[in-house]
Amino acid sequence: MKLKQLEGLLGSIQQFSNPKIDLEQYPTGPHIASRMLYTAENSFGDVSDKVVADFGCGCGTLGLAAGLLGAQHVIGLDIDDQSLEIASINADDLELDMNFVQCDIKNFRWRDQIVDTVIMNPPFGTRKKGADMDFLSVALKVASQAVYSLHKTTTRDHVKRTALRDYNASSAEILCEVYHIQLICSFASIFCVYPYIIDNISRIHSILLFFMVN
Amino acid sequence: MRLLTHNMLSSNIKGVANGFPLRIEVEKVVEKQVDFNADFLKNMFAKIEWKALVDASRSMGYSELPGDANPSMLDSDDFLQKFHHALLELHLEEGALVCPETGRKFPVNKGIPNMLLHEDEV
Repeated sequence: MKLKQLEGLLGSIQQFSNPKIDLEQYPTGPHIASRMLYTAENSFGDVSDKVVADFGCGCGTLGLAAGLLGAQHVIGLDIDDQSLEIASINADDLELDMNFVQCDIKNFRWRDQIVDTVIMNPPFGTRKKGADMDFLSVALKVASQAVYSLHKTTTRDHVKRTALRDYNASSAEILCEVYHIQLICSFASIFCVYPYIIDNISRIHSILLFFMVN
Repeated sequence: MRLLTHNMLSSNIKGVANGFPLRIEVEKVVEKQVDFNADFLKNMFAKIEWKALVDASRSMGYSELPGDANPSMLDSDDFLQKFHHALLELHLEEGALVCPETGRKFPVNKGIPNMLLHEDEV
């Protein structure tokens, strides 16, 4: 599948109608999602015929992109049942057979390393400190091949260092830097949960990190 | 939920030493056809907990899988077809997953297991 086709299909799916600020539910846009998965597949071979998990899948964009690129088994994990419901409808619309599990990533346990690749756009930890690192820690335990994860640019050194030192990553590199739209998770925006309220949208600078396991 | 997902899930209640495999209580099973991929199955065979897959598939009403399996069987197309069906095509749509140690039930609705823990289980 061509990149433009992938981006087009992802552009058609339903996003959060009422994002929850405390869960940092900002959507992963089709532009970034398509490039992230396209890179994982075409540069590293980590998607097609693989078992892929999407941590904090929200409306399912990353996991669905993996499915469209030929992943054999895709599991989306999220704490929020409303997100999973939308993600499940999106999977049906794209005629993809994706599995979902409702769980809290930080106390979730898997048997062994059956998952090859973890893809995620985790909470950046702006509402709940350390949420990004909780996700990364579990992802690097679960994946047998690689983890692709979006992080806030300013945290890059901390994230890389911790992954290598404490979480068993064998390498950590920045694949690209991207701008995408995020709700400003400031005090002021707690009462403004709709992303189309222009004052509360910012273009934030984030990075796609790629971790190898073992 | 496919049985491949079930084969990875474990009860994560605090204090539970061996939460795998979760027992399956079935209310509704659906089957969805998936393209056959022999290489994927051969690769997965080493990672799957076979007995858990056999027991799970039986509880879902599919009893074609042999109780014991070894890598030499992967040359048999008949075996691979059955493995494929059990692993990827059978879905638990409604029911529950039950912790083998505590009996705590994790409900499955619309194919989605709810593995969220209560406060006193974390």
